[in-house]
Amino acid sequence: MSLWRGGEKGRYETYKVPLRENQTVLDVVTFVQRHLDPTLSYRFACRVGMCGSCAMTVNGRPRWTCRTHVSRVATRGQLEIGPLENLPVIKDLTTDMRPFFEKWQQAKGAFVPSQTRGDEIERIRPDSPARIAADAAIECINCAICYAACDTVRWNSDYLGPAALNRAWTLVNDVRDGATSERLQAVAASGGCHACHSHQSCQELCPQQLNPTASIAGLKRRTMWAYLKGEI
Amino acid sequence: MTLRHLRHRHSALWLAALAHRLSGLALAVFLPLHFLTLGLAIRGEAPLESFLRWSDQPLVKLAESALIFLLMLHMFGGLRLLVIENLSWRDGQKQAATIVAGVSAAIAFFLLARMF
Repeated sequence: MSLWRGGEKGRYETYKVPLRENQTVLDVVTFVQRHLDPTLSYRFACRVGMCGSCAMTVNGRPRWTCRTHVSRVATRGQLEIGPLENLPVIKDLTTDMRPFFEKWQQAKGAFVPSQTRGDEIERIRPDSPARIAADAAIECINCAICYAACDTVRWNSDYLGPAALNRAWTLVNDVRDGATSERLQAVAASGGCHACHSHQSCQELCPQQLNPTASIAGLKRRTMWAYLKGEI
Repeated sequence: MTLRHLRHRHSALWLAALAHRLSGLALAVFLPLHFLTLGLAIRGEAPLESFLRWSDQPLVKLAESALIFLLMLHMFGGLRLLVIENLSWRDGQKQAATIVAGVSAAIAFFLLARMF
């Protein structure tokens, strides 16, 4: 297997690892660090596809490595593993995720309560259209695979990216949230939802099978109507 | 972008986006040439007539049908994007992109067959 070593100006280095049954890509990266080169840097936490911290570029494609079996992705017994694209490389397989999370903040990705703890709990029907739209997009694990796969992010460093906009869409559809207008303003600005070219690479590669393109298309419609009504 | 970057960029929808962009560029290059040809009519009948005779060649007709294919691809591909962005989401976008390519090719082939 080839692993990216060094920072932005690094190179791929080759390692031999044993082929075992039922091993994941994260397992073989861990094998290299534990047995061949303890200076290898990479990031993981849960190992079960929940935390979203182990995403890497595997044979040219961004993937969650803890849930990717070597047997499924190795070509002729070989693997090439690099850091995620579209993010600054810190060292080896670890990227600086700050731009990714800063864009969540720019897209107003934090819930803003509209009521206090003294108020009655709001009743939300699970079959209401807004809740169905929010539920369809809510299982994001912040792995940044969509961000690494997005060509618009590659071309336009100001673009908020699929994950941040997908998060904004869940909050726009959350009736308990009290900052819809500000959020629509934020995502309609330069680098926001209207910069998306609908390539759908985010949907194609999302390990959670989410569809950020659909969320972004929803934001495009909502911001357009909000603008026409003079709300933003 | 290197070959390494192309490894996950081969889905039908990515290719549809690439075809939309390239057909748009090709049509942008074609449009001034088209207007230049129409401008020949202003200068008189003879220059336009001689161009039209030149365009009767089989290779030019083939190029014209390729142009029609690009035009259809760009138009129907653009309509698909407008539907995505202005109406409620519909699944099956890969199939829609494939139908766009198929219908564009069929129209271009039909017009090519009529030319000969």
